[in-house]
Amino acid sequence: MNLHFDVEGGEFISAGVASSKVKKVLKQLAIQPEIIRKISVAMYEAEINMVIHAHGGVIDAEIMPDYVHVILKDEGPGIENIELAMKAGYSTASRLAREMGFGAGMGLANMKRYADILQIESEPGKGTTVEITVKLYPEQS
Amino acid sequence: MGNYHSVTLDKNRCIGCTDCIKRCPTEAIRVRHSKAEITDDLCIDCGMCIRVCKSQAKRALTDSLDKINKFKYKVAIPAPTLYTQFKKLRDPNIVLTALKKIGFDEVFEVAKAAEVVTAYSQKLLEEGKINRPVISSACPAIVKLIQMRFPSLIDNVMPIISPKEAIARYARQYLIDQGLESKDIGIFFITPCAAKVTNSRQPQTIKTSDVDGVISMKDIYLELIPVINKLQPEDIEILQMSSANGIGWAASGGEGLASKVYNLVAVDGIENVITILERVENNKLDVDFIECLACVNGCLGGPLTVENSFVSTNRMGKIKKYVKQQGKTRDLNIINPKIRLKWDYGLEVTHIRKLDDNMMVALTKMEQIDDLHKTLPRIDCGSCGAPTCKAFAEDVVRGDAIIEDCIFMLREKVRSMAEEMMALSGMLPPSIDQNRRES
Ligand SMILES: Nc1ncnc2c1ncn2[C@@H]1O[C@H](COP(=O)(O)OP(=O)(O)OP(=O)(O)O)[C@@H](O)[C@H]1O
Ligand code: SF4
Ligand code: SF4
Ligand SMILES: [Mg+2]
Repeated sequence: MNLHFDVEGGEFISAGVASSKVKKVLKQLAIQPEIIRKISVAMYEAEINMVIHAHGGVIDAEIMPDYVHVILKDEGPGIENIELAMKAGYSTASRLAREMGFGAGMGLANMKRYADILQIESEPGKGTTVEITVKLYPEQS
Repeated sequence: MGNYHSVTLDKNRCIGCTDCIKRCPTEAIRVRHSKAEITDDLCIDCGMCIRVCKSQAKRALTDSLDKINKFKYKVAIPAPTLYTQFKKLRDPNIVLTALKKIGFDEVFEVAKAAEVVTAYSQKLLEEGKINRPVISSACPAIVKLIQMRFPSLIDNVMPIISPKEAIARYARQYLIDQGLESKDIGIFFITPCAAKVTNSRQPQTIKTSDVDGVISMKDIYLELIPVINKLQPEDIEILQMSSANGIGWAASGGEGLASKVYNLVAVDGIENVITILERVENNKLDVDFIECLACVNGCLGGPLTVENSFVSTNRMGKIKKYVKQQGKTRDLNIINPKIRLKWDYGLEVTHIRKLDDNMMVALTKMEQIDDLHKTLPRIDCGSCGAPTCKAFAEDVVRGDAIIEDCIFMLREKVRSMAEEMMALSGMLPPSIDQNRRES
């Protein structure tokens, strides 16, 4: 099953709609709670990043019988040094975003921790594409 | 026993409107054949439908006061919310005395056990063995919500019995020690809450409940009013054992306040609780403790209360002040440290009805639901008997409803049939159809 979302930039307060919808679908499919949590936390972090660091973008989530694959694509400023950005605590979040409780620099670290496969492609000035894959039945593979 | 629920429908009173289906937080209700139906698996006994039903068709099944006569020794264990139901009343001893006057031999307050439960929770919080943020288990409707909608948070729930169960255990043990036989003791909980009726009759995390009966606050209120009005100051017995902190548990934030945890969130009203739990699930709430209560203003807003919960909240403040400044408590300690406060079993995940056991089929059905939803008017009118167009689409795909149950889809179908009939009625047999012969 494929789900598509257009995400607006700057909308901190209402951000998280896409990950919450995917979470709902997975709960309806009776997937293991811990697995759902992995997907929704990783996807939520990526979704928030595209709202606060880029000006929104598009999300395509593909739910397959044995895995979930989410592509989050934005045309924002891109990430100069991905390795550095991945470091826990590294953040360039604006003051406003920090006041809203974002900007601990934990998002990418959390995504790494929860996603089974995490791929980030980014070109400064062009945009960022994040791909998250989580297996639904990890014990079988 | 299956899935017992105290919240039930009185079919004779139900007029088949859409009030309850719209407000049920778990979308457990459908209107079918002009009557509401509750899906047992989804109901968490929050009592919202009792509150919103204008025809009083939704009820909590509670025991009548007569049931106490089945026991030789009758004990009332009132929830602290009871004290706030009476105008101008400040002294809990008045309510406790009145309970004895209407037939109880003894009264022990749930508020007293709330203090003990608080102390025990503090200890568990300090030990730090439960997943953070720790979620209070005080509201059974919320516990059921977590089992169903937030199963990944089950290990965050405080594994302690409720003050109601704790006081029932203390009461029974104390009376047995006084020489009574257990079978002669009848312990009756006076409840503002439908979920606590359910969990007294079918407890989830303990083997058996020590509560023998549950009486609705609404029912007992009517019995107490005339007695309280007649009580003379010299009649008032000193029966209270609790402190202001224990009594305060009934209000939203009361448990947190008593526990003295500094970094906490106290949330009331089920929609608000859902929002907060969503945040916890996303790892976005950095607190030590969350007190969640399904009712607005906590148990003061319970579905079986008489008074408006905002008014009760005001009274609660006054009662606590009175108790602190001039309250009189009796010199009796029934708290027995040997009594176990931990759960006997852990919580289990409540599995919602799967779309299909086969994941491929389930996924296809999910897609069908989404596709069908897109063709519906999406105005959530409720005429089909489902709370939202989305829920209706799911019902259709599950085979619980047919597409024509939607009046808009029915109208479409009627129109296209009418158009077809028009077209058909315009047709002529080839023998007399001029146009056809020409072409
Ligand atoms: N989609 C993106 N576009 C541009 N820059 C990004 C994007 N995602 C992340 N970054 C950069 O990587 C940094 C680290 O991201 P990360 O999510 O780990 O932390 P954060 O978003 O700053 O804070 P937190 O996620 O804890 O609220 C960000 O501060 C930002 O500079
Ligand atoms: S008690 Fe609550 S969950 Fe149960 S049917 Fe009524 S509103 Fe729904
Ligand atoms: S808030 Fe109190 S009265 Fe309301 S459902 Fe929860 S425990 Fe019952
Ligand atoms: Mg981030």
